[in-house]
Amino acid sequence: MNETAPDIIDVIEASKPALYLDAVSVSFDGFKALNNLSLVIDVGEMRAVIGPNGAGKTTMMDVITGKTRPDTGQVAFHGDTDLTKLDEAQIANLGIGRKFQKPSVFESHTVWNNLELAMKAKRGPFATLFARTSSEEEDRIDAMLKLVGVSDRRAELAGALSHGQKQWLEIGMLLMQEPSLLLVDEPVAGMTDAETEQTAHLLREINKTKSLMVVEHDMTFVEALGVKVTVLHEGSVLAEGPLDFVRNDQQVIDVYLGR
Amino acid sequence: MTGPITSRLLLLDKPSRIFLMVVLAATVAVPLLNLLTPADSFIHVPTYVVSLLGKYLSFAILALSVDLIWGFCGILSLGHGAFFALGGYAMGMYLMRQIGDRGVYANPLLPDFMVFLNWKELPWYWHGFDSFPFAMLMVILAPGILGFVFGWFAFRSRVTGVYLSIISQAMTFALLLAFFRNDMGFGGNNGLTDFKDILGFNLQADGTRAALFVATGIALMLAFVACRFIVTSKLGRVLVGVRDAESRVRFLGYRVEHYKLFVFTISAVMAGIAGALYVPQVGIINPSEFSPANSIEIVIWVALGGRGTLYGAALGAVLVNFAKTFFTGAIPDVWLFALGALFVLTTLFLPKGVVGGLSKLGLLKRSKPPEKSLEPPPLAEPKVEAQP
Repeated sequence: MNETAPDIIDVIEASKPALYLDAVSVSFDGFKALNNLSLVIDVGEMRAVIGPNGAGKTTMMDVITGKTRPDTGQVAFHGDTDLTKLDEAQIANLGIGRKFQKPSVFESHTVWNNLELAMKAKRGPFATLFARTSSEEEDRIDAMLKLVGVSDRRAELAGALSHGQKQWLEIGMLLMQEPSLLLVDEPVAGMTDAETEQTAHLLREINKTKSLMVVEHDMTFVEALGVKVTVLHEGSVLAEGPLDFVRNDQQVIDVYLGR
Repeated sequence: MTGPITSRLLLLDKPSRIFLMVVLAATVAVPLLNLLTPADSFIHVPTYVVSLLGKYLSFAILALSVDLIWGFCGILSLGHGAFFALGGYAMGMYLMRQIGDRGVYANPLLPDFMVFLNWKELPWYWHGFDSFPFAMLMVILAPGILGFVFGWFAFRSRVTGVYLSIISQAMTFALLLAFFRNDMGFGGNNGLTDFKDILGFNLQADGTRAALFVATGIALMLAFVACRFIVTSKLGRVLVGVRDAESRVRFLGYRVEHYKLFVFTISAVMAGIAGALYVPQVGIINPSEFSPANSIEIVIWVALGGRGTLYGAALGAVLVNFAKTFFTGAIPDVWLFALGALFVLTTLFLPKGVVGGLSKLGLLKRSKPPEKSLEPPPLAEPKVEAQP
């Protein structure tokens, strides 16, 4: 071993992308949901993914989170972890959080308990049977309640929250998992303009420490995020670049924006 | 660590405390009123009533076991009678061995039905059942292992909703057919009966009957406290999460199948214990306990009483069986119609069961608002998920 070896490893470490999809294809009964899709998201990057219905956005998230196995192609997390071999729970515990399109919180639990369940901790049944929340963990939950703006509703059932608050609570739950990569599916669908603005602010705040992939239809929101955009169409990447660039791409206008 | 755990064991909401006090009062009072009062006194409880009540309490334990998985984890088992019956058969085998040479054929080793079938020696799986501790171990292991194996395959393959209900029903039906066969060695059609004593005490004696009742009452209280401990833990909150949003739980990093398997196995063991307490009090166990209709009836008790509350399930079991005793005695032809009508009426007018109706009237005002979070949504169609 010579002295430069650690430096070389550092360089490789640094170049490992948070998420790396290479030539991923998935088909359902002959329909190609993903067609040779390749995508790289760097560590610390926030990426917006847009595309018309049926472009494969949700299928892509399913592949990354282990819900769907790709027919061919590679999916790597931080360079060396092959996600195609793992299931949902393993991938979640590796540090990939996923927010669903429809707000998915535990409606018959209190807001506080929703965050408690999501908090990074031992996940086995015997651990949870005897688990109790330490005061340090309680502080973390309180801080998260504040961050996602539901502090005053902590003792209420999550089912009683407004649509926007449920979306934020779910983002809060993701963060309690302490992921390094967040996949966020249409976070502002059904939100008011003010809520959309707050959500953009929240995501930018999260992006200071974590990588994100945001799937969204709302172009004002994507604009507010101000990040690199990937346009999906028929299961593969149609265009990639800053929003202004893809907005002026003729192909993108034809299949998506022009409609 | 033990401090908070014990305090959680005692963390009971008001209806739970009322429930435990009622069961405790019955466990103490019924045997006393049976044994210490003269037979002609109007407060005297006849021995047959003691055993009848004991039967209801064992059904209450069975209802708890179903509520634990259905009310809190959304697993609708339509085959829980199988676990109950297996526990019952394990107890029945012990009681058969206790008969010894007092049977009709006076064979010191073989139960009567084996002599009748011309069997010369005891099948291997009957060995050990002359020992009470071994039989009790089997009461736990037989349903526990079946529940574990069934759950292992079902939950790992992500069988949910009506599909799970159907295969659980198929399981109990298969066991029904198997236990009907004489060459299975469990007494075939007639099952196991003509029991003489338990632990050396005459099963027909008032004192033994009273003791069995007390044991059932204590088991019910312990089962209830154990269930409360489970559902008020973080594990319990994960289970409710699985019930309401299974994929959210999965994507939070929990292995849903492990949780389901855990609670299903516990539930199966609990059902087996209920069966073991049931058999000496009714004096017989036969394959009809495996019949799918029995398993469906358990679900009706739970729905009627109030799903996802535990005490509601136990109450439902007692109420429905009391009604059953009354109707089958007074107007037997009407019973099944009455049961059907009860179920339809509850679903229409009391979607949260009898206890749901009572708390609506303000009769069961809850002492702690967060407790509400344990309640399931109103009784609805089981969620059907697309099969992969």
